Amino acid sequence: MKDGKINVHYVTRVEGHGNIVVDLKDGAIKELRWEIPEAPRFFEAMVRSQSYADAPHITSRICGICSIGHTIASLQGIEAALGVQPSEQTALLRKLILHAETVQSHTLHVFYLAAPDFLGVNSVVPLATTHKEPLLRAIRLHRLANEWSDLLGGRTTHPITMVVNGWTRLPTQDELRALRQRLTEAIPDLEAWVEIFKTLDIPDFERETEYLALQRNDEYAFYNGAIASTDGGTTPIPQYREKIKEFIVPYSTAKHAKAARESFMVGALARFNNNYEQLSPLARWAAEAMGLKPVCYNPFMNNVAQLVETAHCLEDSVRIINELLAMGLKEEDRSTEIKGGTGVGATEVPRGTLYHEYTLDDNGIITGANFIIPTNMNHNNIERDLKALVPTIVDKSQEEITLTLEMLVRAYDPCISCSTHLLKVEFV
Amino acid sequence: MESGELMKPRIAIFDFGCCEGCQLQIVNLEEELLDLVGLVDVVSWREATTGHSDEYDIAIVEGSITREAEMERLKGIRQNAKVLVALGACAHIGGVNCLKNFFEIDEVLEYVYGEDAKHFDSIPTRPLSAVVPVDYAVPGCPIDRKEFVEVVKALLLGKKPPIPNYPVCVECRTKGNVCVFDKGMTCLGPVTRAGCGAICPTYGNSCEGCRGLVDDPNLDSHKEVLQEHGLTVEQMLNSFRMFDGYMEVAK
Repeated sequence: MKDGKINVHYVTRVEGHGNIVVDLKDGAIKELRWEIPEAPRFFEAMVRSQSYADAPHITSRICGICSIGHTIASLQGIEAALGVQPSEQTALLRKLILHAETVQSHTLHVFYLAAPDFLGVNSVVPLATTHKEPLLRAIRLHRLANEWSDLLGGRTTHPITMVVNGWTRLPTQDELRALRQRLTEAIPDLEAWVEIFKTLDIPDFERETEYLALQRNDEYAFYNGAIASTDGGTTPIPQYREKIKEFIVPYSTAKHAKAARESFMVGALARFNNNYEQLSPLARWAAEAMGLKPVCYNPFMNNVAQLVETAHCLEDSVRIINELLAMGLKEEDRSTEIKGGTGVGATEVPRGTLYHEYTLDDNGIITGANFIIPTNMNHNNIERDLKALVPTIVDKSQEEITLTLEMLVRAYDPCISCSTHLLKVEFV
Repeated sequence: MESGELMKPRIAIFDFGCCEGCQLQIVNLEEELLDLVGLVDVVSWREATTGHSDEYDIAIVEGSITREAEMERLKGIRQNAKVLVALGACAHIGGVNCLKNFFEIDEVLEYVYGEDAKHFDSIPTRPLSAVVPVDYAVPGCPIDRKEFVEVVKALLLGKKPPIPNYPVCVECRTKGNVCVFDKGMTCLGPVTRAGCGAICPTYGNSCEGCRGLVDDPNLDSHKEVLQEHGLTVEQMLNSFRMFDGYMEVAK
């Protein structure tokens, strides 16, 4: 299709509303937009005048899929503002529930939303007849992740138990042992999907870009760390505004972001590219089996990186549980001294680094907030990928081009409801 | 349709301003979802499938109304649907998005978007029922998966969905929890509609009122708990903003 328009009004099987608009003339792009018509919800404004203690439960509602990550970023931002340092036990349990969310979100995306593309169907439902056994394995993994969140957080979405400086309910040692057993038993399900992904035809497309992810010396960073770049260097979390510049492009639909280059990517592939050396053995096996090597510049491989991270989270959670059991769980004093201040929290959620910044007055009332959401950081990179991808596929039919572009957007696993910095758009 | 074959009810799922966490609870039904979709014909569900139709019997709508244009879209859905179900707190009672309503809209826009605020439109947040008639609601933030299944089953049988009209306290006592007030915390359980199994108090926190009020809090609240702690219904409702900001009581 050398001439003509593609207008995908609401890309399906993504979280939230996004449109792809392409106008081709003689095989060249006359216009290409990645549009976001999702309703903005103004959380940064809404949390003002609320108590510091309510911030994690309010901001959890920014996203149904990564509500655990929002809760944790919020807690870390509030705790930084209050000058509170949570205990090792609290941090380990937060890492454990964050892994649950990563597995829940990655399996939802890879198996339920993206796999239908690779297997040639329009949703997960037909897989119940065509790929019954793999689908049952996918469901088992997804359910495990949900019940793992239920155990620690009280429910799958919008966790109840995580509060400033601790937990309102601790799991019992027996519950943790039972979870450890299930994590171990889940590994064959993961391995079976790695075998399937090995055989799938993943579009061969590369565009060099910058990848940002949190990094730590002692582990593959999810919970916290410093901001690392594949272009080199690290930035401490409190200086995030110096590293990540948000800006408006007049024709665009969403606030865009850049760091060292014109655009960057966050998420599973960005973490993989920055922190490959710290992956667990099972995760490194999965990466090797599926042909994923750092630095990988193919955004379609984000699906594969998510599967690699799922392996890591399963294995690393066993390590965390062993550590918790060795320490012995105990009720802790959660009381905190209320004072004014500003603090920044950042954590790796399934789609990338999430930043929450708060300013509190002396009574612990929120007077200011700023959140940077992973999908917002990716919009700019998505649009530049689409522009680079189109010329390589213009010889294909309109249907094929459309599907490939949709698959690219889905590979990023965009979470559009999350993106609080969004502009209203008109259709061309 | 083959003659003699019963026509399956056609269901469409839509969302407005929300986190899509309630739709996620539907996905989280796992195998049970596959059973459920066997009983109905899902004709539109952007989050989970490709394909769309405006021919449907039951519309399940998540999210609250936060922009002018959304009112027209919702009215269109109402016209197409025989039954409209509000899914979750945002659709049912306005939910957390109503916190915006305690500020001037222009100030909110400018706070988040600075000089680019002019590109946006936003109106005070409202639940679906402020725009169109709503037949049933599945309350909660997020919804309870089991309750959702019960509501769908009732609709398929042409019955009224079983949503309790007694407060969370009733379920909390059944669970044998220590009263949240006795722990020195406050709790909206005495006036909030049950059905969640008092999940927040059970996990050591307090009820935040996400399922909305019982029908008449002055009559249907758990007066016993309020009396024990020297509270009136009015005092309780004053702090009712996190999820119920749209209601008069929170203003």
